[in-house]
Amino acid sequence: MSEVTANAEQPAFYLREEHHPENGTMLGFWLYLMSDSLIFAILFATYAVLGTSYAGGPGPTELFDLPLVAVNTSLLLLSSITYGFVMIEMQHRRLNLMLLWLTVTGVLGAGFVAIELNEFAHLIAEGAGPGRSAFLSSFFTLVGTHGLHVSFGILWLVTLIVQLKRCGINEAMRRRVACLSLFWHFLDIVWIGVFTFVYLMGVLR
Amino acid sequence: MSGDGQRHGHETQVPHATLRGYLTGFVLSVILTAIPFWLVMGGGLDNNTTIAVILGLGAAQIVVHMVYFLHMDAQAEGGWTLMSFLFTATLILIVLAGSIWIMYHLHKNTHAVPTPVETRNMP
Repeated sequence: MSEVTANAEQPAFYLREEHHPENGTMLGFWLYLMSDSLIFAILFATYAVLGTSYAGGPGPTELFDLPLVAVNTSLLLLSSITYGFVMIEMQHRRLNLMLLWLTVTGVLGAGFVAIELNEFAHLIAEGAGPGRSAFLSSFFTLVGTHGLHVSFGILWLVTLIVQLKRCGINEAMRRRVACLSLFWHFLDIVWIGVFTFVYLMGVLR
Repeated sequence: MSGDGQRHGHETQVPHATLRGYLTGFVLSVILTAIPFWLVMGGGLDNNTTIAVILGLGAAQIVVHMVYFLHMDAQAEGGWTLMSFLFTATLILIVLAGSIWIMYHLHKNTHAVPTPVETRNMP
């Protein structure tokens, strides 16, 4: 800044060029993720408080199917590494491989959501819906909010595939793909909390 | 803002990702996921030890994801990424620990809420 004013004949009090904060989008998106993690923290706290109030209804041991949760966890973890491959192909500017790995990530994510919806449908069919007990209300809210995030992530991913096909790898697309990368890995981190705190610890109680 | 920041100009600064980094993170995550599932589904430890171990491994896996997948480091965005994260982590800790602590005591101190019938028969 000081160099600019020193070299100019008259002191410049404004920038002629519009000033963009460097990398502002990435920091802004990071701040969004931080606020989103507060939402999840509140839902986790609610589950921690209400998770043992069964109202005479079924508890985690009867309801949770750990092998299914293990499959779900693997799907999400695999989708994390495949999104990593998207980022690497983007650095090498290989559009087709990027699209391939994005598609694989989307399919894995869709598998995750499908299994979760199936689990929810089973629970509701068994009479263990969100209205059954405080435990189930907080369980459905926490896990459902995560699932909703993943669903929107998939919608975003499909949008990116379409946009990438149209405009190729330009600056705006690189930024969008990098933001979804943060979002996707963030959701995997939340899922670590869910399978540890809700499913595994629930079965132990 | 010297050197590195100037050179990139307005280009989005996406952290440089390496295949090696992603694969390291992935292998660590698989291990840190497999152990808790194995412990709960077939392990022979008692409940309290298992809970302590799986909570520890969960925390470790979160750190692994942040380092290898989110590429967090103290220098990113002039330190603001780390700063906002530490602020959020503090809030989360207060919300979680505070809720559990208070509600546990509330539960313990009021757990025997007398039914109307019992109230009537109280001395």
